[in-house]
Amino acid sequence: MSTHRRVWYPYASPFDPCPPITAKTYSTPPNLFLGFQPPNLEQFTPMQALRTGTLWKVFYDPWYSPYEAPRDGDHI
Amino acid sequence: MWLYEKKLQYPVKVSTCNPMLAKFLVEQYGGADGELAAALRYLNQRYTIPDKVIGLLTDIGTEEFAHLEMIATMIYKLTKDATPEQMKQAGLDAHYANHDSALFYHNAAGVPWTASYIAAKGDPIADLYEDIAAEEKARATYQWIINMSDDPDLNDGLRYLREREIIHSQRFREAVEILKDEQGKKRIF
Repeated sequence: MSTHRRVWYPYASPFDPCPPITAKTYSTPPNLFLGFQPPNLEQFTPMQALRTGTLWKVFYDPWYSPYEAPRDGDHI
Repeated sequence: MWLYEKKLQYPVKVSTCNPMLAKFLVEQYGGADGELAAALRYLNQRYTIPDKVIGLLTDIGTEEFAHLEMIATMIYKLTKDATPEQMKQAGLDAHYANHDSALFYHNAAGVPWTASYIAAKGDPIADLYEDIAAEEKARATYQWIINMSDDPDLNDGLRYLREREIIHSQRFREAVEILKDEQGKKRIF
């Protein structure tokens, strides 16, 4: 799991009508942590940048559905 | 003035005939946190924002229109050959009754787009914080759509769009830092 996911554990009642989801996750993308972008960060190649949507490796944080099978080349 | 380049910002490929996905995607087309709302919000706020960050709002507002075009292409591809029966099964019967397979600016629940989705307070910090919130909400919307979509090619495009939301949020946060900066302070790089 991406280091930009956080997890929390909601209360589950013995009388919950649906099977409880005991752990819930949420995204905390890299833009929350950097402040003003520092100089000389590592870059993707131009082709990788066009595919990922960012030139900067530090900002790349792709989202995958938990129900989706990853494909070759999904993770750079 | 704008120059139009007759291609999409990122290629849109749809691999399965699934009009139901169009129903979800329209949230990013005419929803409160969709690309239309984003583009109009930034391109309107830029007139009354300090000149150091006008260019940023122009650039991001313009890019949002490129995203709008991608979303439109996805919705169009998903519905263009759907029969009335398929539209009914996908829950798009109300849409079909009014629009056939034409696109329209409403959200996933069919509520038409309204200018009250966007704000222009005239206070630079208030406006930029709204913009940051809008980007984070659009990022979350993409997550929920990806979670419901089983089309890997479509998800590839949605992941690209979600990554752009992260970058836009970062740039708006930097704009806030620029405006917070002490005036007349000597900067040494």
